Amino acid sequence: MSKITYLTHDNQTFTVDVQNGLTVMEGAVQNDIPGIDADCGGGMACATCHVYVKEDWLDKLPKKEDGEEDMLDMAFEPKTNSRLSCQLIVSDELDGLIIKIPSKQA
Amino acid sequence: MNKIDALIIGAGPTGLFTAHQLRLIGLNCEIVDNLDKIGGQCIELYPDKPIYDIPAVPECTGEELTNNLLNQLKPFNIKFHLSERVDEVKKDKDNWIVKTSNGKSFLTPNVIIAGGVGSFEPRKFPVKDCEKFENKSVLYSIKDKSIFEGKTVTIFGGGDSALDWAVELSKNSKVNLVHRRDEFRAAQATVDQVHKLSKAGKINLLTKYQMTGINGKEKLENIEIKHDNKETKNVKTDYVLGFFGLIMQLGPIADWGLNINKKTIEVDTEKFETNQKGIYAVGDICTYPGKLKLILSGFHEGALAARACFKLARPNEKYRFEFTTSSKAIKDRLGVKGD
Repeated sequence: MSKITYLTHDNQTFTVDVQNGLTVMEGAVQNDIPGIDADCGGGMACATCHVYVKEDWLDKLPKKEDGEEDMLDMAFEPKTNSRLSCQLIVSDELDGLIIKIPSKQA
Repeated sequence: MNKIDALIIGAGPTGLFTAHQLRLIGLNCEIVDNLDKIGGQCIELYPDKPIYDIPAVPECTGEELTNNLLNQLKPFNIKFHLSERVDEVKKDKDNWIVKTSNGKSFLTPNVIIAGGVGSFEPRKFPVKDCEKFENKSVLYSIKDKSIFEGKTVTIFGGGDSALDWAVELSKNSKVNLVHRRDEFRAAQATVDQVHKLSKAGKINLLTKYQMTGINGKEKLENIEIKHDNKETKNVKTDYVLGFFGLIMQLGPIADWGLNINKKTIEVDTEKFETNQKGIYAVGDICTYPGKLKLILSGFHEGALAARACFKLARPNEKYRFEFTTSSKAIKDRLGVKGD
């Protein structure tokens, strides 16, 4: 289990325990955290699980695979700290991760 | 008005196989889909990505799966209504009256929603004021390219649509191509061509920029774009085109009086019927305890919903279960020879 904190665009904070091996996207969906749609169910095919990662965490995350940056082209207001949460697999290294959910996914 | 036994909404794998099941048991059906092509998410989202969990098919792409399903449907000559969205479903005694965005209407006792995650709509610019100019000078698709002749057109996006149009429109218009990073995901040949045209001054390439503002009273005058390094630029333009792919929206389905739970429709697991008699939901769009969003689940759900349709379409006949290997009636419908 690792603690992941989700901040919504309207300043709600959700800190939940997510089982290692699940993705940050699944952690949000299973805990009913609003704002992550994940329409394609984790297939890296839709960019509706887009999140902003708190800057100091950026280097600690697994590197982006080829398709992720392509999908981020389609995300709503992508920034340099944008990631797809379906590609972030929770592990002990990510314990304490803080991510921000955009105001919209589309 | 078209009178049919069942109407399927959605031409993805589940919708296609459900049509097969309906025709196999002797019911007629037609399919409506908002996309301009058959295949749903398989074609729109991952035509080239391999799928490994279709029973008896070790590996196939979304496109191959769609083509195989279409081949399986060939004997039946199914009528497709593409680029049409179902906007309205209304009760009329024992039937439903279904109306599409193109003004077609159907009278049917059975409506099967195989809508995936809803209908595909273009992704739009995050800048709010873009709505004011939408369909006039802010466009997400091109119907008539002649309107751009001699004008300044600013294209956003890094995929095939954005780059193909940048190349095409650069012949007769002044083209700005804006993208959020230096790399493009379009076909390499097109990317090379864009760089060539950029060097020749035919395309004004602006990378690492995104739109932050749009200005104009009646008519669009200029847009504001911002570089990753925070520098902003004003770009004069007559048209703005956005090619950010498609997004799925539940759309009008939300207004049909169905029990909706997190963008999915609640169904029973006997008929895959919703809370409305004669309206079924199958595939990714339905939910029930234990639901798996797999293509194979959609096939199973469609097969059962098709049997449920029989009761309402042929109230005076009894449905008899038959195997394709032995049923003469089924073989006749398939147009294959019996033993």
